[in-house]
Amino acid sequence: MNATDAVQLIWSGDANLFAIVRLSLAVTLAATFLAAVLGLPLGAFAALVRFPGRELLVVVLNAFMGLPPVVVGLVVFLLLSRAGPLGELGLLFTPTAMVVAQTMLITPIVAALTRQVIEDLWAEYREEFQAMQVGPLARVGALLWDARFSLVTILLAGFGRAAAEVGAVIIVGGNIDGFTRVMTTTIALETSKGNLALAVGLGLVLISLVMTVNALAWSVRRWSEKHAA
Amino acid sequence: MRDTPSDLPIKLEAVTVRAGAVSILRDVTLEIASGAPTVLLGPNGSGKSTLIRLGMRLISPSAGRITFGGHSAASGTRSAVVFQKPVMLRRTAAANIAFALLAAGRPSDAGTVFHLLSQVGLAALADRPARRLSGGEQQRLALARALARTPEVLYLDEPTASLDPAATKSVEDIIARTASEGIKIVMATHDLGQARRLAGDIVFLAGGRIVEQAASPHFFTSPSTDAARRFLAGDLVL
Amino acid sequence: MDFRSLVFALIALITPILSCGPAAAQEKSIVVASTTSTQDSGLFGHILPMFKAKTGIDVKVVAQGTGQALDTGRRGDADVVFVHAKAQEEQFVADGFGVKRFDVMYNDFILVGPKSDPAKVKGSKDILAGLKTINDNAAPFVSRGDKSGTHSAELALWKAAGLDPAGTKPTWYREIGQGMGAALNTASAMGGYVLADRGTWLSFKNKGDLEIVLEGDKRLFNQYGIILVNPAKHAHIKKEMGQQFIDWVISAEGQGAIRSYQIDGQQLFFPNATVSG
Repeated sequence: MNATDAVQLIWSGDANLFAIVRLSLAVTLAATFLAAVLGLPLGAFAALVRFPGRELLVVVLNAFMGLPPVVVGLVVFLLLSRAGPLGELGLLFTPTAMVVAQTMLITPIVAALTRQVIEDLWAEYREEFQAMQVGPLARVGALLWDARFSLVTILLAGFGRAAAEVGAVIIVGGNIDGFTRVMTTTIALETSKGNLALAVGLGLVLISLVMTVNALAWSVRRWSEKHAA
Repeated sequence: MRDTPSDLPIKLEAVTVRAGAVSILRDVTLEIASGAPTVLLGPNGSGKSTLIRLGMRLISPSAGRITFGGHSAASGTRSAVVFQKPVMLRRTAAANIAFALLAAGRPSDAGTVFHLLSQVGLAALADRPARRLSGGEQQRLALARALARTPEVLYLDEPTASLDPAATKSVEDIIARTASEGIKIVMATHDLGQARRLAGDIVFLAGGRIVEQAASPHFFTSPSTDAARRFLAGDLVL
Repeated sequence: MDFRSLVFALIALITPILSCGPAAAQEKSIVVASTTSTQDSGLFGHILPMFKAKTGIDVKVVAQGTGQALDTGRRGDADVVFVHAKAQEEQFVADGFGVKRFDVMYNDFILVGPKSDPAKVKGSKDILAGLKTINDNAAPFVSRGDKSGTHSAELALWKAAGLDPAGTKPTWYREIGQGMGAALNTASAMGGYVLADRGTWLSFKNKGDLEIVLEGDKRLFNQYGIILVNPAKHAHIKKEMGQQFIDWVISAEGQGAIRSYQIDGQQLFFPNATVSG
């Protein structure tokens, strides 16, 4: 099979492929959402609150942006395995485990970058907020909202990282046909079966998926800039 | 907010403010009472902005004492400030006002926001992103934000320093009208003409010290210090 | 608008897909830890739908190397283990992690190499002689190096030939630590020799310049076994459904399903279960 055959096969709307694409999106979007819920407040907190060990937290968050996915996968595997501390949950080899692993992978990225953005914005807003006697909670909310465009870009970076990785999801998901198989693990599998043209075709599909998500985010931004809500 | 005790009169007694090894204000004794606008006049770096920050309780004296209506600085304040380069929130003009209202504990309904915007002539630009306003418009918006706090004392730090004459006029008109409504104005400027137009009292600063204090017409026609005379004549006063 | 409804739309998209997590544990399914060679050959795609049609049980195959698959069984993360390393499997049962081992099927290993055959392996039916000439000619050889069934077999053959490249690590011996497909890709790319199982070879799509250079030696026999993970060690093991799968695989029906799997008219696996195991 050459590359054109592969792309044709893909675009003929293979139901199996569709399920794989849907699962990939679901897992990565869920992980991005959770990383936002955890990482945005954490980053804002690290930016605004002075507490002992803050510098250490910042260094750790920055360093963890480069966590190898396969290491994260291994750690989550050991946690969720029946032989591990959270084995009772029976989550290993399920999509939920994949979401957990990817969330762990990208939360440091979201938190570290949010911290930088919020810290820079705070430096700009500090005097005005002090003069207006803005309370701490209102302060955090205002900074997060005003930084929204940068924060969306940060979340897209997290999304991209999660969508691209294979090391974590293959260990905790098991690449089970019809159940935990996603785009990246399928590409790895087809490569190991020697179906290189198909693997390249799938790679192109994955890239266009990520492009589409980014294009959507960009148009949302342009729209809201025009309406500056 | 209504029952916060009055800030006036503001009394500084031998106040010194140091930043590291440098003294920005030295041994300043001053009383700011209610009434006509007090203009802090002087060249750049003379300590005007620092005085404003002291009044807004953003900084504390390194030495000396400052009291507000007889109390020390601990209690709440209804003062507001317009900085020389005000920072606009990344939202619409109206949203900026609403934010200031909420921070002041006042309801941020559309009516109140509209009223404040109209006071500074920005009602038509309510939905414009604040960062896209011109310099003069941003200054006026910052004024409206300050007025949203229904301040007792309104501090202005070189409010028209970067504006063209037309924008300057519209800002000065708002200041004059605000003063006539009973709000105490404390304004820093190095512009002689502006000081003459707006002041009740002049506090002339140079090198971190108060050189001369007088009522407005008297200061301009018969200054009593040499430094004041040289400044009025257009010389550089170090 | 907009931001909030976008978030709700995302949640609506994601939740149904992710709700198959712990909930799925309740439906009829088992987890089978097997090897990459069995997966890559496409055998499961052929026989599992037949099993599901008969029993309604979903078989979820996690394909790992034999070493990892047995470890998965030890941890209780799989209900059934289906690998091809008899010695390791028997140890697994002896250690109490498995209930009983059954023979399922066999295929054979083949020595695959470049058409140009620089080590002059072709023409022989003696695998040990073949390995010796590769060693003497320092021809590139790709080893899986991943404690898999194939890797264990490869090491056993080197030992039988009186050689130990895994220990001495000469430069022509390339351990990649990956599965069969990756090993074949690597061999194809570097013009090297590799020990492969016939099943993966037949279904491999990137043969390039490689061909079979040696086959048929009795020592290349590759036996597959299936074991139920011991419920005494892990209470949550789905022992009834797991046993159903094992019973089916070694039954006439399951063996027939295995026999019927072909690629290009060639049978890949040869069923050899005996009812008593």
